[in-house]
Amino acid sequence: MNGEELTEQETALYDRQIRVWGVDAQRRLSKSHVFVSGLKGTVIEFCKNIVLAGVGSLTLNDDNPVTEEALAANFLIPFDENMGGGGSLAELCCDSLKDFNPMVHVSVEKGDLSSFDVDFFEKFDVVVISCCSLAAKKSVNEKCRKLSKRVAFYTVDCRDSCGEIFVDLQKYAYAKKKADETVECQLQYPSFEEAIAIPWRSLPKRVSKLYFAMRVVERFEEVERRKPGETSIEDLPNVLKLRNELCLAHSLNESQIPDALLERLVASTKEFPPVSAVLGGILGQEVIKAISGKGDPLKNFFFFDAVDGKGLIEDISTS
Amino acid sequence: MASVQQLSAIKDAKVLMVGAGGIGCELLKTLALSGFQDIHIIDMDTIEVSNLNRQFLFRQSHVGQSKAKVARDAVLRFRPKINIKSYHANVKDSNFNVDFFKQFSVVLNGLDNLDARRHVNRLCLAADVPLVESGTTGFLGQVTVHIKGKTECYECQPKPAPKTYPVCTITSTPSKFVHCIVWAKDLLFAKLFGDKNQDNDLNVRSNDTATSSEHSEDIFEPRKDEDIQQYANRIYDHVFGHNIQTALSNEETWKNRNKPRPIYVKDVLSDEPIQQNGNVDKLLANDNLSSLSAMAYLGLKNPQDIWSLKENSRVFFAALKLFFSKRQKEIGNLTFDKDDPLAVEFVTAAANIRAASFNIPLHSLFEAKGIAGNIVHAVATTNAIIAGLIVIEAIKVLQNDAKNCRMTYCLQHPSRKMLLMPVEPFEPNKSCYVCSETPLLLEVNTNRAKLRDLVEKVVTSKLGMSLPLIAHGSGLLYEVGDDLGKDEVANYEANLEKVLSELPYAITGGTIITVEDLQQELVCNINIKHREEFDEEKEPDGMVLHGWTPAPAAENNKEATDNNGASTSSTSKPASADVMEADDELSIVEPGVETLPAGGKKRKLSDVPNSEAPIDEKRAKKIPEKNDGDDVIVMLDDGNDDDITAS
Repeated sequence: MNGEELTEQETALYDRQIRVWGVDAQRRLSKSHVFVSGLKGTVIEFCKNIVLAGVGSLTLNDDNPVTEEALAANFLIPFDENMGGGGSLAELCCDSLKDFNPMVHVSVEKGDLSSFDVDFFEKFDVVVISCCSLAAKKSVNEKCRKLSKRVAFYTVDCRDSCGEIFVDLQKYAYAKKKADETVECQLQYPSFEEAIAIPWRSLPKRVSKLYFAMRVVERFEEVERRKPGETSIEDLPNVLKLRNELCLAHSLNESQIPDALLERLVASTKEFPPVSAVLGGILGQEVIKAISGKGDPLKNFFFFDAVDGKGLIEDISTS
Repeated sequence: MASVQQLSAIKDAKVLMVGAGGIGCELLKTLALSGFQDIHIIDMDTIEVSNLNRQFLFRQSHVGQSKAKVARDAVLRFRPKINIKSYHANVKDSNFNVDFFKQFSVVLNGLDNLDARRHVNRLCLAADVPLVESGTTGFLGQVTVHIKGKTECYECQPKPAPKTYPVCTITSTPSKFVHCIVWAKDLLFAKLFGDKNQDNDLNVRSNDTATSSEHSEDIFEPRKDEDIQQYANRIYDHVFGHNIQTALSNEETWKNRNKPRPIYVKDVLSDEPIQQNGNVDKLLANDNLSSLSAMAYLGLKNPQDIWSLKENSRVFFAALKLFFSKRQKEIGNLTFDKDDPLAVEFVTAAANIRAASFNIPLHSLFEAKGIAGNIVHAVATTNAIIAGLIVIEAIKVLQNDAKNCRMTYCLQHPSRKMLLMPVEPFEPNKSCYVCSETPLLLEVNTNRAKLRDLVEKVVTSKLGMSLPLIAHGSGLLYEVGDDLGKDEVANYEANLEKVLSELPYAITGGTIITVEDLQQELVCNINIKHREEFDEEKEPDGMVLHGWTPAPAAENNKEATDNNGASTSSTSKPASADVMEADDELSIVEPGVETLPAGGKKRKLSDVPNSEAPIDEKRAKKIPEKNDGDDVIVMLDDGNDDDITAS
């Protein structure tokens, strides 16, 4: 980081945030490369935040066509292009995001998320995936972990008024300011697969019920071979059945995963824009922390439910 | 997706947003996506480059245009069918009166200053419209809900302390860099480039006050046969040399302090020719006024660099010469503006030279600008989160679901696992002079204080009234307004200069006066208590107002900032201040700029002093214990009947 200065243009544009995280962090941000897949409302919010913050590049992956549902939480695509033009979601979002900050290189990567190999991810410092299957989460996470460099991995999902963020920074060292001195801290993160394999009964008491509920729904979609979010109220009996089986296997009281919560998650899978804004903001902040190496990163799950208004961090790991 | 009840509440709502800045842009977007159909938005500001890192509805090409209008146009691009009405205006304008506020179902604030927040709070109370208030600074933020009679109003708790400094600290005994900034900005800059007739304490504390201040009048006036360089040298030697020398002669002052050293031009720039008019001429050849820069002239590039005393002195001279040669017309009318590069350069240089004199560490232009301009740390992410939380609360308000409304704190470091911490709103403060009718008590010497003192030191500054009316019984003593006749104006002007006990309707001990703001529809009764003597140091106003809670000095903020601070940079925290404080104290911020100092007597704060968001850590931690680990199932039982936030 020595010797290189921010340009006059950067200093003027980023003035207010440099006052928050410093010049060093800003330089690191401008050299970082971020990949996102699954451009629903929450990820769109995240993209906006990270482009404004001034990352080096942002690569968008989502081949889906623009549908009414996709537009519901999307502020990037102008109205007159609604469902017209035939461009993919990523292509249309790319145009708008470029506009937000000319200093960030925004591009589109076509293809199915599962088709990208380990080398593909080497280009990036941060990988964020959303709206994808359990298998895809595990597999992309593993690919990131196979690389010699550390690629920060995140998943984010929003259902109904609830949201979940998962973070894997592998072995992560960062500077923490304590009183007047800066302390070096280290954290060891489990992979997504490792984290969710931890037996529920060995987790600390009072882990957010959302954690368990999200695992049940995720498992249900996998067993039923559904696309992410492809559930309805009709599925509730089967989801409850699966809940009971999992609770039995994990020796967890069923009341820890209330029917009503599962009902909300299964019945309305659309995003609620204010919740997307909250999750996209938290995720943006976490990615900025991870890139800049400044501040406590969250380990390793974050949950938000607009019904009780709490934004909770849960550490689901063995270390 | 929102529930049916939610959707209909959203569709029918008419929303007033005040502020189209950092929070405002995010809020307008989130409201539009959430299905709101009718949104009015007020903002008096125009767009600046430093907004673009977070106010994402704006582009470079919009710089200089109305924030409210550009934000509206940007949102209509993706939601063309909704109604958004923009006002490029000050929310304190008289057309935004109680009737105007009454048309809305809810008011959402995304403001950046205490004055406007108080004003909107009063209008919301008068119009009986719920208010969702918000603020952010760095990674910290908060959302609060204010419903008349059900929750506390915005002013039920003491508001943050504008940080001010005793005059003598600024003029004679600075010990921190911020003192040097205040001196350079409020005294030197104002003296040289501002209104010459204004009182200025630049010289007052020197040894012999009388002769010195008389003398100073001459000093700052350019002499007839003097060129700019000679004038600049004379000013430099006077303020950094002579004044310090004079101050040193007062032995008493330096008994327990490090003595400053006088700095003269010849000591610093002895090796270069003092006469540089040739260079200045070159510099003046082709510059356009807005890009005038002493740094560019001197080849200094990085605003993060800390300049040497010599470099600061060069910047001082270059900036001063540029003002006097290129911006001659503005001299006499200039006020410090953080977006005026030449002004920032001058203030940075002057503050640093003074700092060198007093052995205080020098600072970069970037840091000095932050302190002088009271610049709020701001990032997009916090604003986005806060805007999301505002909409969540607004929807509850619209469904008349006050019991489920929450104040929410956005923290930088988790507290009991929470980054977003909801807290039950507090009940109205029964002794709040704004939302209850509790009278205030004023101790004043009614034979000495003039009506003007009462207006300036109490009504305007402390009670935050903009269109005040003062009455004793049915007798009017003072009024402000456009519709007054000439005679009335003259009459009130004359009253201002009268001592209280000699007014047409005399104010003496035991009198109850009524103070009213016609626009805010706020009425306060003030019981007057005559008191002969006041302590000049502790009660500089010469009067003491009880019932109104004075803002405490923000002494705890440093510590609090470290606990949950917004800043990870090495930038010094700008001390905040506000013109609302006592006249005798110098403040570092001009009204209306991005500032809302945090503080509260009973509330320990977790944010930086000049925050947009007063955050109350103590209150945040005071959450009822049952809230800890409050089970989702509990909330869901409520949620089933009344699905307030399901989507």
